[in-house]
Amino acid sequence: MTARTAHARRATAARRRANRIDRWAGLALYATCLAASLLVALLIVDVAYQLVHGSHLAFSRFGLGFLTTSEWAPNFNRFGAAPLLFGTIVSSAMALVIALPIGAAIGLFLSMFAPRAVRGTVGPLVEMLAAVPSVILGLWGILVLGPWVRGTAEPALHGAFGFLPIFGPAQTTGASMFTAGIVLAIMVVPIIASVSRDLFLTVPRELRDGAEALGATPWEVVRGVVLPATASGIAAAACLGLGRALGEAIAVTQVIGNRTGVHASLFLPGDTLASRVANQFQGATSALHTSALFYLATLLLIIGIATNVLAQWIGHSFDRRIGVAR
Amino acid sequence: MTALYDPTAPLTASGNLRRRRAVSAVASSATILAAVLAVGVLALVVFTVIQRGAGAISWQFLTAAPPQFGGPGGGIAPAIVGTATIVAVAAAMAMPVGVAVAIFLTEYAGGRLTRPIQLAVDVMNSLPSIVIGLFVFGLLVAGRHQSGFAASFALAMIMLPLIARSTQEMLRLVPGTLRDAAEALGVSRWRTIVGVILPSALGGIVTGTVLAIARAAGETAPLLIVCSIYGNKTTFDIFGQAIPNIPVSIFTLSEQADPSGFTKAWGAALVLLTFILLTNIVARTLLARSRRNMTR
Repeated sequence: MTARTAHARRATAARRRANRIDRWAGLALYATCLAASLLVALLIVDVAYQLVHGSHLAFSRFGLGFLTTSEWAPNFNRFGAAPLLFGTIVSSAMALVIALPIGAAIGLFLSMFAPRAVRGTVGPLVEMLAAVPSVILGLWGILVLGPWVRGTAEPALHGAFGFLPIFGPAQTTGASMFTAGIVLAIMVVPIIASVSRDLFLTVPRELRDGAEALGATPWEVVRGVVLPATASGIAAAACLGLGRALGEAIAVTQVIGNRTGVHASLFLPGDTLASRVANQFQGATSALHTSALFYLATLLLIIGIATNVLAQWIGHSFDRRIGVAR
Repeated sequence: MTALYDPTAPLTASGNLRRRRAVSAVASSATILAAVLAVGVLALVVFTVIQRGAGAISWQFLTAAPPQFGGPGGGIAPAIVGTATIVAVAAAMAMPVGVAVAIFLTEYAGGRLTRPIQLAVDVMNSLPSIVIGLFVFGLLVAGRHQSGFAASFALAMIMLPLIARSTQEMLRLVPGTLRDAAEALGVSRWRTIVGVILPSALGGIVTGTVLAIARAAGETAPLLIVCSIYGNKTTFDIFGQAIPNIPVSIFTLSEQADPSGFTKAWGAALVLLTFILLTNIVARTLLARSRRNMTR
């Protein structure tokens, strides 16, 4: 009788101890995960702080006039971001104009038209294109693509469409806004392709089958059902790609020519926000120069966030307008 | 005037249908063309790197240091060792934090913090790498000196959201029945996570990390800012001065107008690209397999 109670008491004590350990271990795991998550949030806040802190000197000196000034003369302490904003927008826009149709077409091919076996090889290969480091793509850009652009693409485009100011006379170097646009397009295509493929696969099978049963050809199914149902998603995919193009520094700085200037012709060299930072940070000549580069990075971050917000806003309003239930 | 609908009409393609079919054929061929174009560009880049880099590769290239004051000869051994060190330290920092964040977001989901933390991870994922470079410069380099650790920190920030996202995906794939079974047996929450859920998602977590490593190994922009002024010594000292690494070597060589430097750049590109593409292929194969195992 007493032995039994003692045994029971011991068992209860053991269970209590186990419960206590469980509670503490559970709490410890939760605390660890919470701490890691808070660390990420803290890092993001600190990114904003460091950029603002770093650009403080330039901001207090130039203010918002920095955005509209087109001079960049480190030796005279005069800095302005206008040509870089222009270059960023033009090169990214060109990349998107090339990459959006190609990327979406690859997405369609991989989700609708390709046989299963082809899908399994082409899909990973396209994703592999995104894995090529930008510095290698840039190296290829200057040494292989650049000469081709100078020798073949520029004269041909100028010959055929020379009446458009964007296709000015061919230049002596292949380093130009045009080359940068192509290199950026190569980086953006796999992003748009894989996002849009996943997107097209979400279109309900019944909708496509229904259209086919009504006699629609495969392309009419795409035009009439798949594209309208996914339009907002495609816009979001385009914005993702745009974000990648806006922020790319290394490959652009290798191929764009690094000149300050606003030109209509794509065949002339230029520069972008990210590229200027990558190119000049190491050799910054003064604290103000460094600070101006921080200012550029801050602008880059603001543009990037604005692109993201815009993407979500487009998505929402479009969904409401066509009344797609999601 | 003919009727709009003639039931006796033969069911063959009329002119209009022929046109619609032709349009469809043209459109689907265009998508094939787009895919061929992308794969062709990949093939062209890889082919060029192999063609121009293979000549540079030799035992000496892989094991010797570059000549101290530039010029021909020498190898990239310090850069290979340096990149391996930087990336290994980055992975050691990013993996535990990334996995912990993913556990927080999936296993402890629903709290008031879930949305802001998810947003923070997404924002971190969308930060341009040059911005990460400037951030780490301000945090660790300004007022001190460039270091391998600063480079690792920057790469860890690039890897972390990738690891967190792939881990989240794998955790979501763990069958609910496993959780229910553990709960029915009276297993506590943390034991379920550590003993049941994490082990069954481990394969996916590891391959996700490997993919993040492959991505980070080629990142150049942050290293250019925080770890680019280095000598030609092989070193593991991440807290000392900047240590040599492959991406910055390629970048520096490509910016100089020196043909022998270009050959070295192609050689270094070949080493880097081989590592990255092989890692990608292996990791993707393993990932597909562990996904299949999870969903079966």
